[in-house]
Amino acid sequence: MSLILDRRTLVLGAAATLAGCDRLAKNEAFREVLFSAENFHKWAQRSLMARNALAHEFRPDQISPFFRPNGTANPNTPEYKALWRNGFADWRLRIGGLVERPLALSLADLRAFPHREQITRHDCVEGWSAIGKWRGVVLNQILDAARLRDGARYIVFRCADDMGGGQGYYESIDLTDAFHPQTILAFALNDQPLRVANGAPLRLRVERQLGYKHAKYLMQIEAVATMDGIGGGKGGYWEDHAGYDWYAGI
Amino acid sequence: MDGPLSDREQATPRLVLRHKWPTRLWHWLNALLLYVLFTSGLGIFNAHPRLYWGQYGANFDHPWLELERFGRWITLPAHYNLAMSRHWHLTAAPIFAFALLFYMLWSLLGRHLARDLAFRRGELAPGHVWQDIRDHARLRFPTGEAALHYNVLQKASYIGVIFLALPLIVLTGLTMSPGMNAAWPWLVELFGGRQSARSIHFITAFALLAFFLVHILMVLLAGPGNEIRSMISGRYRIPETHAEKGR
Repeated sequence: MSLILDRRTLVLGAAATLAGCDRLAKNEAFREVLFSAENFHKWAQRSLMARNALAHEFRPDQISPFFRPNGTANPNTPEYKALWRNGFADWRLRIGGLVERPLALSLADLRAFPHREQITRHDCVEGWSAIGKWRGVVLNQILDAARLRDGARYIVFRCADDMGGGQGYYESIDLTDAFHPQTILAFALNDQPLRVANGAPLRLRVERQLGYKHAKYLMQIEAVATMDGIGGGKGGYWEDHAGYDWYAGI
Repeated sequence: MDGPLSDREQATPRLVLRHKWPTRLWHWLNALLLYVLFTSGLGIFNAHPRLYWGQYGANFDHPWLELERFGRWITLPAHYNLAMSRHWHLTAAPIFAFALLFYMLWSLLGRHLARDLAFRRGELAPGHVWQDIRDHARLRFPTGEAALHYNVLQKASYIGVIFLALPLIVLTGLTMSPGMNAAWPWLVELFGGRQSARSIHFITAFALLAFFLVHILMVLLAGPGNEIRSMISGRYRIPETHAEKGR
């Protein structure tokens, strides 16, 4: 008969039931179930798509009139300000971790790699979308130049924006997305050098996932075997602090 | 809806097995899942309470609908927490989608569709439809044998919900996923863009809410005890005809 009561409660006042759901969500075992749906979605999506299935690329006339920046609009740390004042001439992207050949690349070095241009849709976890034209270096070129060592499973991106308490923004992707042909380190948006609000001087584009994976203000790329010991261990700043899914394909 | 049950129940022919177990199971599973999906969906909507048509749409673009955030009395969780709303929504969604798929297949292969839901010859004649609407509006519910069959309005709404609205809300939900866009590019094309899909998803959710409210109202008017029992144990007491009442 509890089902009938549930219905009655539902009609009389959703609030009580919702409070019940909230209590349920605090139960450790149930929470585990809620948080593991991500694994199903990742498995299902990866099973349905070809490894290199491309995100849709749009026509130039479909670009959003204004590309909405989100999250940090300016890192505003003394270090970042110094780099910005100098036109990022002193900025270096450090590539390390489980690689044979650690690198430190300037913007000019990066531009010497083959470029890719793509007009793609940026989908925020909040629900909005913006279409922009990105230009950048294909990440797999850089990883090949640094030569990943055996055991590397994830690529971690560390950023210049301090999210408070000395914790920098960071994100991570696995090798499937890291070697995807549309995964680029973008230095230009809509034919202009990346603006500070959009992640200058360099940001990640990982087109088959939601916006928070697209780390801005890149400083360091690290190949790792596990996320343990990095940040809160969940693979990204929002994953650690807000409980966002690490796999953001959905 | 089946004929009389067993020998024992043949003796009391007024009680029949109205709903088979897949229908009953799916019904209550949906009651639970749609509740979770609707309330957590509103929680997700609150992160950006604006809707657009087309491929893109953000704060500087023109929305066709802009709302205040939904109140905490109707969102899951009962405070703003986008990550938790998404965990609830994305946990319930695949269970809901696969249950729907199985139920659709069962309805087709098990002849639930052909036997109980398909329109009969002449049922769609304007005169017949009009008569059903009038009976419905006057709350004149069928009695006796006639109560064992759905009328035109019931058939139309059940077919509309099972084979149109529910698949639509699953597909538009999938269309919002960037991963699914890469896997099944035809989804975005079908709905004319991710933001259009988001709008259709929202509209369909409220169409289902409207169905739910009318559904509850009809259950209350038709006799909640009998109706709810028929959806739990399957047993349904056939309402007496006026002639029988007179006896």
